[in-house]
Amino acid sequence: MSHSHDRTISVEALARVEGEGAMHVEVADGRVEQVQLRIYEPPRFFEAMLRGRTYLEPPDITARICGICPVAYQLSAINAIESLCGIGTPEGTPMPDGIRQLRRLLYCGEWIESHVLHIFLLHAPDFLGYQGAIEMAADHRELVEMALRLRKAGNQLLEVVGGRAIHPINVRVGGFHRAPTRAELQEMVPELLWGREAAIAATRLVAGFEFPELDQGHTFAALRPEPESLPPGATGYPIEDGRLVTSTGLDVPIAAWPEHFHEEHIEHSTALHGRMTDGGTYLVGPAARFNLNADRLPSEIAELAAEVGCAEAVTNPFRSIVVRAIETVYAYDEALRLIDAYERPETPAVEVRPVAGTGHGATEAPRGILYHRYSLDEEGLITDAVIVPPTSQNQPAIEEDLLEFVQAHLHLDDDALQWQCEQAIRNYDPCISCSTHFLDLTVRRR
Amino acid sequence: MTLGIGRPTVAVWKFASCDGCQLSLLSAEDELLAIAGEIEIAYFLEATREVKEGPYDISLVEGSITTPADAERIREVRSISTTLITIGACATAGGIQALRNFGDVETFRSLVYARPEYVDTLADSTAIAEHVPVDLELRGCPIETSQLVEVINAILAGRKPVTPTHSVCVECKLRGNLCVAVAHGTPCLGPVTQAGCNARCPAFDRGCYGCFGPAESPNSASLATWLEEEFEVDHPDLVRLFRSFNADAPAFRRESRRHEPEEVAT
Repeated sequence: MSHSHDRTISVEALARVEGEGAMHVEVADGRVEQVQLRIYEPPRFFEAMLRGRTYLEPPDITARICGICPVAYQLSAINAIESLCGIGTPEGTPMPDGIRQLRRLLYCGEWIESHVLHIFLLHAPDFLGYQGAIEMAADHRELVEMALRLRKAGNQLLEVVGGRAIHPINVRVGGFHRAPTRAELQEMVPELLWGREAAIAATRLVAGFEFPELDQGHTFAALRPEPESLPPGATGYPIEDGRLVTSTGLDVPIAAWPEHFHEEHIEHSTALHGRMTDGGTYLVGPAARFNLNADRLPSEIAELAAEVGCAEAVTNPFRSIVVRAIETVYAYDEALRLIDAYERPETPAVEVRPVAGTGHGATEAPRGILYHRYSLDEEGLITDAVIVPPTSQNQPAIEEDLLEFVQAHLHLDDDALQWQCEQAIRNYDPCISCSTHFLDLTVRRR
Repeated sequence: MTLGIGRPTVAVWKFASCDGCQLSLLSAEDELLAIAGEIEIAYFLEATREVKEGPYDISLVEGSITTPADAERIREVRSISTTLITIGACATAGGIQALRNFGDVETFRSLVYARPEYVDTLADSTAIAEHVPVDLELRGCPIETSQLVEVINAILAGRKPVTPTHSVCVECKLRGNLCVAVAHGTPCLGPVTQAGCNARCPAFDRGCYGCFGPAESPNSASLATWLEEEFEVDHPDLVRLFRSFNADAPAFRRESRRHEPEEVAT
């Protein structure tokens, strides 16, 4: 079977991804003819449900799109609504430094929680040859215990700032319901200091994994913040805001999104596929952020990146796990800087009055750019909503990667090929719950 | 399954949901490895490729039923599970996606998808218990990890789990929260919402927004009257308040319906 020229490989339900998807590969005469990621996660129609709700509700409602990255949804929604309503804009109501610090700090917690989940519990078992993290723990107990402690620190940041790790309750349009005190944040410092050192050790560890060769020359897209827009204490790597930049030279404000990107509906997927307006595919996520913003890393972290083989742009998707680890170090480091500089705002939120019109917002979810657009009427009721999650944007590029990867690895038997394809898909930490708008693997060799 | 002895096999299933409730199991950082030593994780796709065939002693079910295929799949899950536990608001009440139950799903489908004919969906998002018998329900959007650990402990010890059915108000008193409704005039669903979250929102100066669904015997109508008369919450906002993550739980569904504008007869 494995040496025939025609074969079909099929994974009915992909493991260690967030949500439900399948993969289907068709091989005829030794050529890979088709690769499909099938996202069969049932659609939930969030954009339709938001119509008729008020401008204050998207943070709580859209958080429920994803249990792994709810803060991304909350803050992308808030950016869209606040920009429309004149908050934090050049002519509008200024957003107090303390609130902006808390938002970035909260997001650091989510990056830590999500990245550590993916690096150690979902992806590392592929590199070390285990079915999952529980099985891996039998031989690598200290490693798994370190990962759980690293992740717990991220979740504690989410608890202290957001009031809850999954679907934080303290986030609102205009700011927070209650701003934590300096003392409450200071209590986190010893564990964050441990976490920064542990994450550095973890980065060196994952950099020692074996990485299959793959380089597709993808276009990268990420946010890039303007230095003057950063809250006190922050360094300039993109997290909760920024301009939209690409490796092909695009540099525009978020409001220009619809002119440059669009989504298509493909039959095998309940996820919409993201494309650039010129029809090209592109990638968002840790590698895109790093390749477009490495100059924004603090010097010690840039030195760590160079030490672990990321001195240049990272174009092999299998090395994305190393970038995720570098970003975990960054998130710990940035959280410490923000806590050190934190001044509790006088009021936890600024008043936001609705303005009729359309607002755009984007943030860097752990998996890449998450774009939201809302239209409001005069009373502040939502008349239209558009949400573009990172995995939808990456899906066409993932399929291109798989096509190339399967073609180069047809000598493998079906079981080995299936596992490596799954590993290749997990390079992108696909979030199917988000994108439903993901994976069984079927490879058909005819 | 004989309670209290052996190493039960556990399966984790996902239907329409955000993954947050099953993530709560992976978020039990202090207990996860100890739990994994006491139970056999036989099917948990988010955590492992290893799939052991059923039947299973315990099935944890996340998500609601929204497609014809899932309506069939939940019957199969029930048939191979000794104890079936639903985890979270989607599985116990239909979740946020049950907002479609109050509108027209055809409109929803064509608003989101350019090619609606590619998408197979049911008109309503429904709780697991509307399809198969459920042995235990864990509330919350998301569930609390501590409650999930309590249920697993109870099953291992062969005792009944302690999951209170009183209201969030009791938790506020136990925690020593200032009442946000009385002190600040903040609209709060705490009096009619089931406990379990340790009154997180009031502890952050926010009114409860009902993540755990209706408490036992909630007087939702009385609370709605209070909110309308004392807090000046208008009817559309009352509808929205009761119509969120547990919109289709019967007590909240009735209350939101009561404040909808009456249909104009034609």
